[in-house]
Amino acid sequence: MDEQIVQLRAQFEEKLAAVTAVAELEEIRVGFLGKNGSVTGLMKEMGKLSSDEKKAFGQKVNELKNFCTEKISEKQSELARLEMEREINSMPEFDVAMPAETKRGSYHPITLVQRKCENIFRSMGFAVEDYSEVVTDYECFEALNIPKFHPARDMQDTYYLENGQLLKSHTSAAQNAIYKKYKDALINEGKPIRAIFPGRCFRNESTDACHENTFFQMEGVMVDKNISISNLIFFMKTMLSEVFEKDIKVRLRPGFFPFVEPGFELDISCLICGGDGCPSCKHSGWLELCPCGMIHPNVLIEGGIDPEEYTGFAFGLGLTRLAMMKYGIKDIRDLNGADLVNLDQFTDDK
Amino acid sequence: MLISINWIKDFVDLNGIDIDELIHKFSLSTAEVENEIFYKGSDISGIVVAEIKSVEEHPTSKKLHLLKVDIGAGELVDVVCGAPNVRVGMKTAFAKLGAKIGEIEIAPRELAGFTSCGMCCSEKEIGISDDNSGIMDITDDVAVGTDLKEIYEIDDVIFEVDNKSLTNRPDLWGHYGIAREIATLAGRPLKPVDGVDLSAYDNLPKIDIKIEDTLCKRYSGIRFENITRKVSPVNMRIRLFYCGMRAINYLADLTNYLMLEMGQPMHAFDSRKVENIRVKRFEKPFQFKTLDDITRDIDENTLMICNGDTPVAIAGIMGGLDSEIVDDTTSLTLESANFDAVSIRKSSSRLGHRTDASMRYEKSLDPEMTTVAISRFVKLLSQYDEGVKVTSSLTDEYAVKFDKVTLSFDKKFVDRYTGIEISNDTIVATLTALGFGVTLDGDNFTVEVPSWRATKDVTLKADIIEEITRIYGYDNFDVNTVATPLYPVRMFAEKSVEEQIKDILVKRFSLHEVHSYIWAYADEYKKLGIEVEENIKLCGAANPNIETIRRSLIPNQLCQLKINTSYAPQFGIFEIAHVIDGVDENNLCCERKNLGITLFSKTESLETLYFRMTNMLAVMVDDIKHKAISYNAVAADHGYVHPKNYNEIICDGKVIGKIGLLYPTVQKKIDKKGNVVFAELDIDAIVNIENAGIKYAETSKFPSIEVDLTFLSDKYAPIKNAIEEVNSELIKNVSVVDIYNDEAGKAITIRISFVHAERTLTKDEVMEIADKIIAILKNQGIALKG
Repeated sequence: MDEQIVQLRAQFEEKLAAVTAVAELEEIRVGFLGKNGSVTGLMKEMGKLSSDEKKAFGQKVNELKNFCTEKISEKQSELARLEMEREINSMPEFDVAMPAETKRGSYHPITLVQRKCENIFRSMGFAVEDYSEVVTDYECFEALNIPKFHPARDMQDTYYLENGQLLKSHTSAAQNAIYKKYKDALINEGKPIRAIFPGRCFRNESTDACHENTFFQMEGVMVDKNISISNLIFFMKTMLSEVFEKDIKVRLRPGFFPFVEPGFELDISCLICGGDGCPSCKHSGWLELCPCGMIHPNVLIEGGIDPEEYTGFAFGLGLTRLAMMKYGIKDIRDLNGADLVNLDQFTDDK
Repeated sequence: MLISINWIKDFVDLNGIDIDELIHKFSLSTAEVENEIFYKGSDISGIVVAEIKSVEEHPTSKKLHLLKVDIGAGELVDVVCGAPNVRVGMKTAFAKLGAKIGEIEIAPRELAGFTSCGMCCSEKEIGISDDNSGIMDITDDVAVGTDLKEIYEIDDVIFEVDNKSLTNRPDLWGHYGIAREIATLAGRPLKPVDGVDLSAYDNLPKIDIKIEDTLCKRYSGIRFENITRKVSPVNMRIRLFYCGMRAINYLADLTNYLMLEMGQPMHAFDSRKVENIRVKRFEKPFQFKTLDDITRDIDENTLMICNGDTPVAIAGIMGGLDSEIVDDTTSLTLESANFDAVSIRKSSSRLGHRTDASMRYEKSLDPEMTTVAISRFVKLLSQYDEGVKVTSSLTDEYAVKFDKVTLSFDKKFVDRYTGIEISNDTIVATLTALGFGVTLDGDNFTVEVPSWRATKDVTLKADIIEEITRIYGYDNFDVNTVATPLYPVRMFAEKSVEEQIKDILVKRFSLHEVHSYIWAYADEYKKLGIEVEENIKLCGAANPNIETIRRSLIPNQLCQLKINTSYAPQFGIFEIAHVIDGVDENNLCCERKNLGITLFSKTESLETLYFRMTNMLAVMVDDIKHKAISYNAVAADHGYVHPKNYNEIICDGKVIGKIGLLYPTVQKKIDKKGNVVFAELDIDAIVNIENAGIKYAETSKFPSIEVDLTFLSDKYAPIKNAIEEVNSELIKNVSVVDIYNDEAGKAITIRISFVHAERTLTKDEVMEIADKIIAILKNQGIALKG
């Protein structure tokens, strides 16, 4: 009988060594340890033995059984490890140099620049206003101290409509409405007027790479009891430094705009050369960027605000020009051209 | 306008002052200066006065002459010269050996077999005029050998002031006004105008001048006789040339010189043609020939200068050919007048003729200047033409005097406006230098505005601030933030809805935002077979293709699709922009803001593309307002719209837009193989939808039961309505799981999932609800399948 045990053990070891898959292992387990397995069969033969023999034999069979169970379990782990190794080895190395699929939507560049400016001003307590594109002569000119004979009102500059209204030639056309909207809060509650109003403007002129009849501006105003030229310079410098994300030098020169007094042309230090002089600033070190000034007393009066008590500043920023500067757009017509080959490059730009 | 520093030096001592620095200061404090400054004469040296001693014909050349030229100190040199005007005894400008003209250095040179040791120069060659017809003919009594620069103002610094920046400064249209600014900036005194005392002629007869129209504010005149000089002095011609004007003849040059110096346009009439002066308008239009030999149409609004009833000049714009100074003119009537600025501007734009004179008059010139300019004219005229006789007294009709402007303000006013401290002394000194009369009492200023600033430029206290601050220098300002109360700034609903739409369409649906013009692209529409919709029009656009304002964003967007059909097999564009819907009862434009979306595909069917659009809209409205949208079929309202599948987009029972397909011919013209779906929504309508907000419901802990039902129905709408009618709280979700066609027709399978918050549902109670839905549909003839 002992011989049988030795034989069976050798048989088991031989078979186990040849196993390469979990299924084969299960076969062996069933073949040796299953209900009708060889080891289980030895137990059945125990009845023929004497009780002494039984005890010794039982012990040996149990040893064999444990031995088999243990070996199968070991083999199982081994197989699992090999399986995992195979799976890992079978994983190919991906070709990460393959071009990525980057098709996605795009914003109009004006949207991107406008959002940036709006966020800056909102962070400084300015309301962002919207305004119509068709305005009256009063809004566009008269309320802005632009007398009847001013060149800006001539037919060649402004698009007039059949009904006598016009397409606004500058965002300043919204000034009067803004003053009227906020004057009560200013006068009764002491809330300063701080607003910007981006919008589309129209000029009746021929177009080329540098001229468009349709373009975007952003007007800003601030009115309170003691708003000064010194404040104006501060805000322009701060705002422009934020827009261009670097410290910008500004300088004011006298400029004539009927709705401000004093009026200024604001120059910024050249973005390319930083002020040393280069071809893009015509070697002057400065770029003329935005007209601004202290709001003309007549304009405040038209808006229902007493200029003896309140002062304010106003400025106009060319959003179209800003977008062109920021992204290096050479032909202004590309902005309204809707050629997606150009425009799809303007993904988000926060 | 070109400014000569030499001319400025007539009025301000600029000794020891850095001119470049001064011009820079001027540009920061007064008016814009063009970048390039011209250093006249800087590239010219070694040019002397020389006398031609002998002239011989060249043996072979017909053009060339062989000259012996005295170049001073008894030195005679041989020169080969091609100028036609050489003659013995003539004095000319001579470039000696070693002289420099621009890049050229003069050296001995072989010319047709002879050596030329130097060069006789034309005025053009030395840069003092554009006359290149012969060598310079020096008639002044100057010593041979003298360096030309010692006798003539060849060296000068010229800078150009941008005319646009002088629009509001009538006083800066002449050198004297510019000199006043420069004197102030340099801290030097301004010399008075050097004229003659015209009262010396008071006993002479007056000219018969009558102003018959209030558009003429002042008309001053004087007469001269015995004028013999024809050519202007060299220095005068150089200044005119450097400042951009051509020398014509002595009298014309002198009026131009005075205009450039004082800013006062003047006109010289031949006295033979002008017995009297009448200033008036004519009731009927007529034609008039101006001195440039062009016949112009004059209408009843144009102010004319007349001799009796015969027009002799268009007031403030240009003189007539007939009364012009000619070669044999020896007596002249000089006009120095002041006209209404608006009238001159209008007449000049009506005539399409803008002159140096009209350009100045339209700025509202100082009426006090007319007689000052005459006194200066008389001074210069008699200085260079000694035989001239004044034959009339100064005749001065001063019809409309300017309003004296006096302004009062205090130091606090200045402080408030500037935000910095500028001392009373500085204020007084600045304003005084600029010609303002200033009295200071404690902190109170009373300022009298000088006539040259009072015509329109300085009328308010705020205008005085500019005078003080620009001279103080904006670079010298301390820069300070404000001290004002802070309040929250909320984004307006319209704005935030627009921004959300853009983000959803770009980020989630990969659309491209575009911009288009506010008018109909008439030319492009034609190519697509789209009619321009009747709407309000523009008057007189520079581009004739621009006329009708758009009512919708879609047609322009279709034109934009057309240019992009090869961009990608499938893409979409959108724009949020204004449209005009005609005019209201007050004749004011009805302006709206719309969202236009168009989708293009060469790969997807119209139906798939359509549902791509409805999905997009559903997500958009759900994201922004947490509401669902529905559709209602309507008839096509435009030629380019397909009669089928044109639907109103409805939310909360209100129409917020439309979705549709293109009429097949239009679509084919965009692209033969491309499908197009469009939608246009009203931004305000979207903004006005009440936001349902996020409604949080705790998830039930009990299992849900799902029931699949298949109905034989062409449309989903009745099924949707039946479910809504049953209105069971237990229905958690409904989805369409299958749509198919078989012999029985179109079948739609829906899956309804039921759940109860507090217990497990039974099959029976779920089926009870399902049965209700089935019953409702059965009543409408929609059968349950299987």
